[in-house]
Amino acid sequence: MEYAEILSEAVGTLRVNKIRTGLAVLGIVIGIGSVIALISLGQATQQAVQTQIQSLGANLLTVNPGAQRTGAVRGAGGGNTTLTNEDAAAIASSPQITTIKNVSPEFSRRTQVATGKSNTNTQVIGVTSLYADVHKTVVATGNFINDRDVESMSKVAVIGPQVATDLFGEGSTPVGQTIRITGQTFTIIGITQSKGGTGFLNQDDIIFVPLSTAQKQLFGVNYVSSIGLEAKSSDVMPQAQNEVGYLLLTRHKFNDPAQADFSIFSQQDILDTASSTTGMFTSLLSGIAAISLLVGGIGIMNIMLVTVTERTREIGLRKALGAKKKVIIIQFLTESILLTFTGGVLGIIVGVIASFIIARAVNAPFLVSPTAILLAFIVSAAIGIVFGWYPAHKAASLQPIEALRYE
Amino acid sequence: MNIISVSHISKIYKTEAMETVALNDVSFEIKKGEFVAIMGPSGSGKSTLMHILGALDLPSTGAYVLDGENVENLTDDELADIRNRKIGFIFQSFNLLPRTTTMKNVMLPMLYAGVPKEQRLNRAKKYLEMVGLGDRLEHTSNQISGGQQQRVAIARALVLNPSILLADEPTGNIASVQAEEIMAIFTKLHRQGHTIIMITHEPDIAAHAKRIIHLKDGKIS
Repeated sequence: MEYAEILSEAVGTLRVNKIRTGLAVLGIVIGIGSVIALISLGQATQQAVQTQIQSLGANLLTVNPGAQRTGAVRGAGGGNTTLTNEDAAAIASSPQITTIKNVSPEFSRRTQVATGKSNTNTQVIGVTSLYADVHKTVVATGNFINDRDVESMSKVAVIGPQVATDLFGEGSTPVGQTIRITGQTFTIIGITQSKGGTGFLNQDDIIFVPLSTAQKQLFGVNYVSSIGLEAKSSDVMPQAQNEVGYLLLTRHKFNDPAQADFSIFSQQDILDTASSTTGMFTSLLSGIAAISLLVGGIGIMNIMLVTVTERTREIGLRKALGAKKKVIIIQFLTESILLTFTGGVLGIIVGVIASFIIARAVNAPFLVSPTAILLAFIVSAAIGIVFGWYPAHKAASLQPIEALRYE
Repeated sequence: MNIISVSHISKIYKTEAMETVALNDVSFEIKKGEFVAIMGPSGSGKSTLMHILGALDLPSTGAYVLDGENVENLTDDELADIRNRKIGFIFQSFNLLPRTTTMKNVMLPMLYAGVPKEQRLNRAKKYLEMVGLGDRLEHTSNQISGGQQQRVAIARALVLNPSILLADEPTGNIASVQAEEIMAIFTKLHRQGHTIIMITHEPDIAAHAKRIIHLKDGKIS
């Protein structure tokens, strides 16, 4: 007996019992659908977090002052005054440093900012023109701080979209208008493009001014609060970290790296932590989805077992007419695989639609994982075989007399 | 020429508490082309005998030779093969596949025999026409009457040209007018040279046969 004929027999019996077939398929549809939706959701979240972190700057290293260890006590990060403009200049010009593309000395502090009618408390950050390159900041309207602004200590400011909204209202483009920072008047020359982010990661609630203006006119300091470094590529990040660390140790006259009065963070460190967190999240979701898939599989087995009992007479008849054991097994296995296969295909469609809706609802990127689809496909076929085997075997082992007598 | 040779067969059902002797040292022969009725009250062992003759079951002791083949110590699959090629079953309750067309029902044994599709269609059509159901080819089994269902079963039994037709109370579930139609078909088949073995407990049905084997308490009487 050819397989194509067994297949058409199986399709026939499944079509004859539409409700039973539909219910069995539904279990698999829900199982596969939730696997795809949840894996896609997990991966979308992971990608969203990664994009967010990468938007802070690609291949970014940050040198922060302080954080040296005194015994077991770690000094408060950022409170120290040991990093200077000269350190930044040395990193940029040292012949020993081969892996750094751009150096961005920065001084930032939260302060009160006001216009004629409204005011807000925000981050004011003194930067050079290279900040935009290092941190991938793009100006939507107007210009960024340039070298002449820094040299001439201009009172100009580039503001984030959040600040523009807070001070001038939704949708405004206040280029050319003025704001007062600690009582001094600044002219707005540009507004940055939104980067998103919330809390301390909020890159939109920020005001950029020339570094020299921030240090000398606004806050009266002669140090920087951090130095942003852009490495030439992600491959040389560890080397860049070593080179800069060594140079700064020498400049600050320390022999032991453990004594250092600065610390260097790599973008990669943050990315790794975030990835492992979201990866765990994805695994958790997949685990939950796998349980529903298992339940769907047991549902198939249950339906197939009921089918075997219900069709005892039919099986007996088929055997009386000459069906061999193998033929009966293949027929029942084919039926259960067809059930799970149909369920798998429908489940993939449902899963993709569901992940689209979820992505829209939680504002995550819509992303369908091909791995998840492939996996769902294989798993659904495997469920058909695994959970179909026992009922098929049971059917094939029925004695024809017993089966024919069965009422 | 003997198409069936049964010698000294017994069938004993054993449970823990007791032994039941269903058939006790039964011997007989049936020649090719005979129309034989096996009669007996319920509990006489006629169902057991029919299971053995139909290769659905094996005797506890004794030999059974069907059309030159010794049906003994065979595996389930070998028995299935014998049933497929040598025996055409006609059951009391028709046993058609539910919600399936008459054509598909008749094609089923050919499917298991590996007959090519073209031939299956032609032969099924031919045999359905022969039993007078040429206009019911695409009706499903629950859309036709009991008598018509039994005629589909007869077409199904004949379609692989078996050595014997084995009918178990073929008229037990149908109205008497239709029962006469079925017996007319049997008589016609007998005239064409088919070997028919019919199990029944109705004397007027058994009267259509040319020979009657009476069974009582597991023995031929």
